[in-house]
Amino acid sequence: MNRIRSFIKTFVLWELWQGLSVTFFNFFKPPVTIYYPEEKAPQSPRFRGLHAQRRYANGEERCIACKLCEAVCPALAITIESDVGEDGTRRTTRYDIDLFKCIYCGFCEEACPVDAIVETRIHEYHMEAPGENILTKDKLLAIGDKYDAMISADKAADAKYR
Amino acid sequence: MSDDIVNIEVDGNPVEAKKGQMIIEVTDNIGAYIPRFCYHEKLSIAANCRMCLVEVEKAPKPLPACATPIMEGMKVFTRSPAAIAAQKATMEFLLINHPLDCPICDQGGECELQDLALGYGRGVSRYQERKRVVKDKDIGPLISTDMTRCIHCTRCVRFGEEVTGLQQLGTTERGENMKIGTYVEQSIDHELSANIIDLCPVGALNNKPYRYSARAWEMQQCSTVSPHDCVGSNMSAHVLRGTVKRVVPSENEAINETWLSDRDRFSYEGIYSSDRLLTPRLKSGEDWEEVSWEEALNRLAEELKMAGSDNMGVLAAPGSTIEEFHLLSRLADHLGTSNVDHRIRQRDFSDQENDPLLPWLGCSIEDIEKADAILVIGSNIRKEAPIIAHRVRKAALNGAKISVVNNEAYEFFFGVHEQITGLGIVRQLAGIAVAAAGSGKLPASVSRLCEGIDPTAEQRNIAASLGDAERGHLLTGLIAGRHRASSAIRGLVAAISDLTGATFGTLSEAGNSAGAHLAGVLPHRGSGGALRKKTGLHAADILDASLDTVLLFGLEPDDLTCAENAEAKLVAKKFVVALTPFTSDSLERSANLMLPIGTFAETSGTYVNCEGRRQSFAGIATPVGEARPGWKVLRVIGNLLDAEGFDYVTSEDVRDEVFGELGSIAPDNGYKGTKALAGVNGADEPGEDVDVPIYEIDAVVRRAAALQMTPEAKRTTGDQN
Repeated sequence: MNRIRSFIKTFVLWELWQGLSVTFFNFFKPPVTIYYPEEKAPQSPRFRGLHAQRRYANGEERCIACKLCEAVCPALAITIESDVGEDGTRRTTRYDIDLFKCIYCGFCEEACPVDAIVETRIHEYHMEAPGENILTKDKLLAIGDKYDAMISADKAADAKYR
Repeated sequence: MSDDIVNIEVDGNPVEAKKGQMIIEVTDNIGAYIPRFCYHEKLSIAANCRMCLVEVEKAPKPLPACATPIMEGMKVFTRSPAAIAAQKATMEFLLINHPLDCPICDQGGECELQDLALGYGRGVSRYQERKRVVKDKDIGPLISTDMTRCIHCTRCVRFGEEVTGLQQLGTTERGENMKIGTYVEQSIDHELSANIIDLCPVGALNNKPYRYSARAWEMQQCSTVSPHDCVGSNMSAHVLRGTVKRVVPSENEAINETWLSDRDRFSYEGIYSSDRLLTPRLKSGEDWEEVSWEEALNRLAEELKMAGSDNMGVLAAPGSTIEEFHLLSRLADHLGTSNVDHRIRQRDFSDQENDPLLPWLGCSIEDIEKADAILVIGSNIRKEAPIIAHRVRKAALNGAKISVVNNEAYEFFFGVHEQITGLGIVRQLAGIAVAAAGSGKLPASVSRLCEGIDPTAEQRNIAASLGDAERGHLLTGLIAGRHRASSAIRGLVAAISDLTGATFGTLSEAGNSAGAHLAGVLPHRGSGGALRKKTGLHAADILDASLDTVLLFGLEPDDLTCAENAEAKLVAKKFVVALTPFTSDSLERSANLMLPIGTFAETSGTYVNCEGRRQSFAGIATPVGEARPGWKVLRVIGNLLDAEGFDYVTSEDVRDEVFGELGSIAPDNGYKGTKALAGVNGADEPGEDVDVPIYEIDAVVRRAAALQMTPEAKRTTGDQN
């Protein structure tokens, strides 16, 4: 019986039609591809992309140079030097992240007691010259200032799960 | 079994202990850890933190282990549920008012409270009320305060009372309002004061120059030895990426116990002073130009070859390592000169042939505190060797009679038996010698010095205290060593030592005077105390004589107090080369060539301390600029001069060679001279003393910024701001 069935299937090209039916039905479905960069895939607020340093609302930088991020960083990508700041508080005099070393694990963000270092949702960046892979403190703060609204919104969205 | 042994049980294990011990001492000995904050081995028992509560069988409540003496048959439970519950409850109270600022606290990562809170603290505080906040105090340039963090263990207060004898910190008010502070707004002002940084179990008292500059976990700990006094305190430098960030004491019961003088602790700042010489520099005309090492060394070799052997001199800092001394001595041998000296502050060389081979303290540092009577002669001992002064104070507290012979009255924080001042040290000692001799005969060496001396009551008193003592000790200090009649002082002290049976000890300049004696950086003796063929010029004569070439090793003209006006005398020389870590105005005026060498932190080497103890250490910091360790520079100079055997690879090679040559020279201060010492002819005037201030002692200390801001430094510079 099975032999007869397969004999007939061979001559009517049954498997071929079966496969083509997938193609046929997909004619009527909306496409899954997106037109990057005009269109972009959705991101989680927890996405771990380019780093930024944040400030408080009054403009004071959050980072207190506790060096916990440096200590926790598994790739040794962070280098910090600290000293007494102008107002007598503990401040960094150097805060470098080497993006070539960084593995974007997000431990620095987890370790930070004041939510100073964060990983933003920015993932489209490039370097043109040697040395640009080092994110200095000024660059980090500039990124933080520029994307403050996005970072705050992401933090707020994730807050209830913490 | 003797009556002194008590049998107790700790956590079910039988333990034998000495009668009178506290529970915590017994458990520490067997390695059963009980948490504590206020208890410290070196301080009295306060029992005010309550962290060490343990359960004791038949006791109705948990007992503090630090203040409960053991009793026969006592059963102690350190880890029972009741003990743990008591400890956890104590921790909860301690954390009520402690701020949660560990991320910015310098103690974070090495904090006793932080560590114990991990084991005994609750995850979340139940305390809802207002936390206490205490205003920070300004207690000087060395110690920063964050008094809100204080848990009132009173270790710092007890340290002041018991160890320094100068109570500058105290508690005011009580209960919730209790505060630690100075009663009157003032700086802490004692040469051992910064030890309260280590004692503080939390971050309330911290290291001010180090403040916020590194974290405990990222630094490497490197052992080293202090170069500033003859004690050779063991210390650990904490190094971050090749830079010394701070210095803490290393425990060595035989030398510095657990303490470190402020000078040793904060001198590292001088390493990174802006005065550091970064490249070799050569003077051409009036201007200094930077040259390469090669050019500089070749020039130096040329100058040394050109200068006749009698026409050059070598002066070395007494804080150099024995390796450097050995190479200097060998270089001098190769060049055929005996004009080598390290005694840069000595002014009386008249009796140098009777110098001991290895001058020393006369006993081990530990034994000082066992003495019954000590006579300190010509010494501002607290500033010269703070750790020795601390041992002397301990001896005094043990009941020893401490007497002092000085020209100026110095402050001691214990009861001084007799302090005689003002008359001239030689005359005072002659009086004591005459009193000690009584009707007996004085040694021939001092007969002329003691002629016609009638001892005063104080002098008789001192002689009697030394004569009665089972362990008497005579200690001459740096002021005596720099005295214009220092050989007369030595002769007299040796005579008193003979007459009373007291041992004779000396303090020496900087960390390695003993090493310089051993390695033969002396005009009359070579390596291992062998007499030089020809006695050369001593330090003062090197400056006074018209020599062509002078080599200064680790020295600045200000250090050379062996002759008046050293700078002008150096300027008059034809060619002065300075191997120095620092540049200074006076060096720029007097030198013609400067080669940058490393400070004590940047070179490996060995110091011989005042007990004759040899302590080697490795280089701990990356040299600043193009500076190189001194021994390497000397080795290359040796190579350029075609000296034989200058092919050392490591400083250990040099050390092994010098110690191989030395064999076993036992330290001995015995006075061999028999000739009558000449009278002092006015050299004994009180105004003639040279007391180098504690924070001016060498080039590194002079550049340590925090030390220079202390009240002590300001007193000596006359700067009242």
